[in-house]
Amino acid sequence: MTRNGILRVTGGGLAVVAGLLAAGSPRTRAEAGPRVIVITAKRFEFSPKEITLKKGETVKLQLKSEDVTHGFFLRPLGIDTDIAAGQTAEVTVTPQEVGRYRAICDHFCGAGHGGMKMTIVVEEQAAGGAVGK
Amino acid sequence: MSKDLDRRRFLKIAGTSMGVGALYTVWPGLGSAEAAEAARRLGLKNGEKPTPFTFAQLSDAHVGFDGPIGTRALDKAVDIINDLPQAPDLILFTGDLTHDTEKPGEHAARMNLFKDISGRLKVAKIYHVPGEHDAGLDGGELFRNVFGPTYYSFDHRGAHFVALDNVSRARPEVGPEQRAWLAKDLARFPRTVPIVVFTHRPLFDLRPDWEWFTSDGDEVMSLLAPYENVTVLYGHIHREDHHTVGHSQHHAARSLSFAFPDPDRVEEKKPIPFDKDQPFKNLGLRVVNQAQGRAAGVESVTVKDVELAMNEYSGTEGFNQLLKPATF
Repeated sequence: MTRNGILRVTGGGLAVVAGLLAAGSPRTRAEAGPRVIVITAKRFEFSPKEITLKKGETVKLQLKSEDVTHGFFLRPLGIDTDIAAGQTAEVTVTPQEVGRYRAICDHFCGAGHGGMKMTIVVEEQAAGGAVGK
Repeated sequence: MSKDLDRRRFLKIAGTSMGVGALYTVWPGLGSAEAAEAARRLGLKNGEKPTPFTFAQLSDAHVGFDGPIGTRALDKAVDIINDLPQAPDLILFTGDLTHDTEKPGEHAARMNLFKDISGRLKVAKIYHVPGEHDAGLDGGELFRNVFGPTYYSFDHRGAHFVALDNVSRARPEVGPEQRAWLAKDLARFPRTVPIVVFTHRPLFDLRPDWEWFTSDGDEVMSLLAPYENVTVLYGHIHREDHHTVGHSQHHAARSLSFAFPDPDRVEEKKPIPFDKDQPFKNLGLRVVNQAQGRAAGVESVTVKDVELAMNEYSGTEGFNQLLKPATF
C-alpha cells in the first residue's frame, strides 16, 4: 500500500468517526448544512402557504413543481427562479430584514396564475439564539 | 413642465388612460428654431416630418373572461371611438385581448371574437401587442397566427412606434433577443425622435409582488434613455397610472373587463367588486386634444373625461369628473 493509499483510508475512517460523533451534537446542523424547507408548486398554489425564517439564518428552499413550469419570485430576498415542470429547484437565502413578504409565481401557468402566491415571514432571532450553532 | 423642457421637445404626445382606453394627440412643438431644425433633421432621417395626429389606446378586454361585463365595455369603446368627431389615425391595443383557456379551440375562438368586435373600429390602422393571457401559455403562437409578430416597429407622421412583447417568454421579461432588436431598431434615429413604446406590462417596478413589473425593464429603458421624447403606453394593471422615468412618460390604461384597486392603498391584489347598478364604474374615457385655432403648447391642450357611467347613469359617481383641466 502506498503512502497516499494509507492517507486516503485514514481520512475516510476519520470522516466516518466524525459523522458518528456528530449525531445528537448541537453542532450537527451547522456542519450538515442549512435548514431545508420544501415548498411544492402546483396550479395555482404553493404549499405551505406560509413559512417563517429567522433573520440571518441561511436556509435552503427546495421548490418542487407537481405539474407545469412555475416561477418563484421574491425580490426583497433576491429570489427569482423557474421551477421546471415536474422538477425541483433549490434556492439558498439568508434574509437580512425582518418583515412579511409575498412570493409569487412569475412564470405564467394558466388562468389562475395571478393569484398564485405564498407568504414568507422573517423574524428576529430569539434572544441569545446565535445563528448556525 | 418648464419652458426649457418644452423647447427641447419638438413633438409632444399628450394623453392618458381611461376606462375604455385613451386618446392621444401628437403635435409638433412649433415656434422654436431648434424644434424646426429637429423636425427637418427627423424628416431627412426617416422621410417624414412630424405632423399632428391622434391615436387611441385600448387594453385588457379579456374576451372570454367569465365576468359580469362580458364584452360590453369593448363594444362600447368601439362605439365611442367611432362616434368621435375626428377618427384617430391609429388604435393601439396593449394586450390581454383575450382571457386564456386550455379548452381545445376555445382560445382561438375568443381571439377571433375579439378580432370581430375590434374590426368594427372605423380607423385606418389597428396595432396589437399580446398580454400574458394571450401568449403566456403557447409562447405567442396563436397571437402570431391571428395578428402577426408580437414585437415590431413602424413610423407614423414623423413619430416612431415600437411594439414590445414582455409576455411571450411566460415570465415578465422582454429578453435578450428582443432587446438586441430594439437597439438596432433605434440606432437609425436622432435623439430627438418622438418614440411611442406600447407594451403590456409596466417597464418599471410598479408593484413587483403583484407581478406589475418587467424584470429587464431597466435594460429596455437604458436603450431608450438617450431619446428625449419617449412615451410608454401599457396595460396589465387595469387602472390608470402615470409615471416618469428620466425623459420617458409612462401611462397605463384602465381595462375593458374589471378594475384593480390602488396598490398603495391595499395589500391584496383583488379586483374591485362589480357594482351591478353601475356596471361601467371605473370605466370611462379621457380625450386629449389640441384646442382648435390655438398655437401648439401645453396651455392649448384640453382634457375631457367622460366616464361610461355618465352616459347611462347620469348623476352617479363620475359625473363630476367631466371636463377636468389639463394636468400636463
